[in-house]
Amino acid sequence: MTNAMREPLAGYNFAYLDEQMKRSIRRAILKAVAVPGYQVPFGSREMPLPYGWGTGGIQVTASIIGAEDVLKVIDQGADDTTNAVSIRQFFARTTGVATTERTAEATIIQTRHRIPERPLGPGQIIVYQVPIPEPLRWVEARETETRKMHALQEYGVMHVKLYEDIARFGCINTSYNYPVLVNGRYLMAPSPIPKFDNPKMDRNPALQLFGAGREKRIYAVPPFTSVKSLDFEDYPFDVQHWDHCCALCGAADSYLDEVVTDDRGGRMFVCSDTDYCGERRTAGHVGAGTPVALAAEAAE
Amino acid sequence: MPHPMLVVEDLEKTFTLHTQGGTVLPVLRQVTLAVAGGECVALHGPSGAGKSSLLRCLYGNYLPQAGRILVAHDGRMVDVVAATPHTILDIRRRTMGHVSQFLRAIPRVPAIDIVAEPLRAVGVAAAPARERAAALLTRLHIPERMWQLAPATFSGGEQQRVNIARGFALDFPILLLDEPTAALDAGNRQVVVDLILEARRRGVAIVGIFHDREVREAAADRAFEMAAYAAAA
Amino acid sequence: MDAPPPLLQIEGLTRTYGRRIGCKDVSFSLWPGEILGVVGESGSGKSTLLNCLSAKLEPTAGRVLYTDRHGRAIDVWAASEPERRMLMRTDWGIVHQNPRDGLRMGVSAGANIGERLMAVGERHYGGIRREAETWMRRVEMDLDRIDDAPFTFSGGMQQRLQIARNLVSKPRLVFMDEPTGGLDVSVQARLLDLLRGLVTDLGLSAVIVTHDLAVTRLLAHRMIVMRRGEVVEAGLTDQVLDDPQHPYTQLLVSSILHP
Repeated sequence: MTNAMREPLAGYNFAYLDEQMKRSIRRAILKAVAVPGYQVPFGSREMPLPYGWGTGGIQVTASIIGAEDVLKVIDQGADDTTNAVSIRQFFARTTGVATTERTAEATIIQTRHRIPERPLGPGQIIVYQVPIPEPLRWVEARETETRKMHALQEYGVMHVKLYEDIARFGCINTSYNYPVLVNGRYLMAPSPIPKFDNPKMDRNPALQLFGAGREKRIYAVPPFTSVKSLDFEDYPFDVQHWDHCCALCGAADSYLDEVVTDDRGGRMFVCSDTDYCGERRTAGHVGAGTPVALAAEAAE
Repeated sequence: MPHPMLVVEDLEKTFTLHTQGGTVLPVLRQVTLAVAGGECVALHGPSGAGKSSLLRCLYGNYLPQAGRILVAHDGRMVDVVAATPHTILDIRRRTMGHVSQFLRAIPRVPAIDIVAEPLRAVGVAAAPARERAAALLTRLHIPERMWQLAPATFSGGEQQRVNIARGFALDFPILLLDEPTAALDAGNRQVVVDLILEARRRGVAIVGIFHDREVREAAADRAFEMAAYAAAA
Repeated sequence: MDAPPPLLQIEGLTRTYGRRIGCKDVSFSLWPGEILGVVGESGSGKSTLLNCLSAKLEPTAGRVLYTDRHGRAIDVWAASEPERRMLMRTDWGIVHQNPRDGLRMGVSAGANIGERLMAVGERHYGGIRREAETWMRRVEMDLDRIDDAPFTFSGGMQQRLQIARNLVSKPRLVFMDEPTGGLDVSVQARLLDLLRGLVTDLGLSAVIVTHDLAVTRLLAHRMIVMRRGEVVEAGLTDQVLDDPQHPYTQLLVSSILHP
C-alpha cells in the first residue's frame, strides 16, 4: 500500500516551508527533545490549511521530513479520513516522498487522536497534532501563571480535576487528553488521544513530537522516556475496556470504535486502527462479522 | 510590709477629647499605692473619683499619661504603663485577673466555656478546665442546665456570677474586682466574699471596688481613699 | 520559660503607587497565637498592607520577616519565588472578602478543601476525602454538600468553605480580608464565633483587616488603626477601643453604636 516517490510540485520549496523556517522549527524541536515535556514556543506560520486541521503537526513534519522518508498520516486511527488524506496529499505533492498506510513501513507518522496499535520501533518518529498544549489551562487561564507553575512544578492542582471525576462518577472519567508527567518533571497534555494509548507513550523507542499551530508550541518525548499518567494511590490509572472483540478481525487488545450499522439499533465494534485491523485480517484473523445487536437478536 | 505584688507610683490619667474641641478631662493625679500578697485593698470614694479608671489603668485597659504600675510578673516587677501589648497580654494571661462590672458575652459560647477559657488559655486540658468551671458555677448557684447556654440571655445577676466564676477560674496572683457583687443577692454576695477571703489566704493581692459596705468590710482589710488623688475639680 | 520569637516581624513596610501612598512605614510584630486587627476606612491602606504581608504585592521598601516551623527567619520578599509560593500554600492561609477570589467556584466543596493537600503531594483519594469531611464538619457545613460546587452555596457557607480550604493544610498564619463583609448580621455572628474557636483550638496567628470594630473587639488581641496609609495608633484592642488616643481613632470609635 506504499505509494512510491514522485517529483515534488514545481514552484514550491521541499515540504512547502522555506529552509530558514524549517531550521528555526528544528531548533525548537531540538530544545523540546532536550527538555522532555517542556513546551517550546515557535514562530508558527500560516499554512494552506485552517487551524484545527493539524497545522502544528504539519509544520513539525515539514521540518523533519527528508526525501528518503516514508510518511503515514492517520486521523482517529484511520488513514482514509478527510484530514489524513489531505495532509498525506499535501506532503506527497510538496515533497514527493513515499507515503504508506502501513505503520511498520513508515518512518514518520503524523497523527490526530491515536497512537497505532502496532508497537513503534527505534528510528520511527510520531508527530502529534495538538489543539491545546497547556494541560493546566483547565485550572489557570493566565499563561504567565501556568509557565510559573511548570517552572516550580506546582502540579498538585491537576489532581483536583481527577478528584472531581471520582467524586462525581466513582472513577477517573477523563478518557482522552489524560494528563501525564514526562520524565518525572513536566506535566504534559498528550493531545486528545484516548487514555487507552497513554501507556504506549511510556518508554517508547520512537521519538514523539507534538506540534500546536494555533498556540505556537512544540514539545517532545525522546525515545525511552518515562511517561506517567496521573492518578491516585487508591484509584490507579486504568485504560478503557470493551466487552467485545473487533467485529472484523477479532482483536481483543485494540481500541474499538462503535459503528452504527442501521436505524434499528444495530451497531458493531471495530478497530479504530485500520492498518492494524487490515494486517490481522490479511493474516487470517476473523471477527464475528455481524453487528452486535443483530447477533444478540439472532441468538434469541 | 511584706513584698508588694502591685505598686502604683505617681500615676496620672487624663482624657483628651479630640472630638469635642480637645477638652481635657483630668481623672487621676499622683496616685501612689502598694498592695502586698494576701492583701485586699478597697478603692473608696464618691462616684467620679476615678475608682474604675484606676482599676482599668492597672489592667492596661486605660493608658496613663505618666507614672508607673509595677506588677510582680515572672519573678520581677514589670511596668504595665511602659510594657508592650504583647507583655500586657502575657500578664493578663498568667498574672493578673480582672472581673469587670459587666460580662462581655460572646455570641454562641456556652457559659461553662466562658468560665473555663482562662484555664484553656494557659494550656489546661479541656476536661480539667471544665471541671474547675463546673465547680465554680455550682458554688455560685448557676444551675447546671444553664451551663451549656450562651449567657447573652441570662439575667444581670446570672451574667455577673458567670463573670466572677471566670475571674476566679485561674489562681491569678493579682486580682482586680470591679463591683463584683453589685447585682447579687445576699447568698451569692457571701460566696463572693468567701472566694475573696480564700484567695487572700492563698496570697493573692486584690484591688477592688465594692459598693456594698458589708462586702467591703468583710473582704477588704483596708480602704484606699481616692478623693485625695482625684484630679477632677 | 523561653519566649518564642515573633512569627511575623514587619519593618518599615512601604508601598507607593507612583506618587500615591498605599501604606507607609508600617512596623509591628506578631507572636504565635496572636490575632492582630487592622482597622481603617476604605482607602486607608489596610488592603495594600495585607497584600504586602501576604506576599501578593511587592513592597516599595521595608521587610517582612517570617519565622518558619524550624525557627528559621525568612525575609519574605528577599526569598526566592518558589519559597514564597510554598509558604503561601502551606504555612499561610488567605481568606478573601469575596469568596470568588479564594474558592474555585466550579469544582466541588470537597475538591476545594482537598486542593492544598494535593498541592503538597497527597495522592490518596480516600484520605483526601476524609480530611475534607473532617473540615466540613469543623466549619459546620452539611456533609451531603461535599460534592456540590460553591456557586450553589450561601455567602456564609462560601466563607466557611474558604476557611476550611485554608485551614486544611494546618497553616500557622492566616490573613483575612473583611472575613464577615457582606454577610447578614446573624451569619456574621456565627462565622465570628467559628473563627474565634478555630484560632484558639489551633493556636493560629492571624492578621484580620476589617472596618468593623466589633469584629476586632471579638477576635483581635491587638490592633492597629490606619489612616491615609499610615498607622496612627496601635495597642491592645480593648485599650485602643476604650481609651483611644489619636483624634482619628476617637472619631472612629465614637462613630459606631456599640464598639
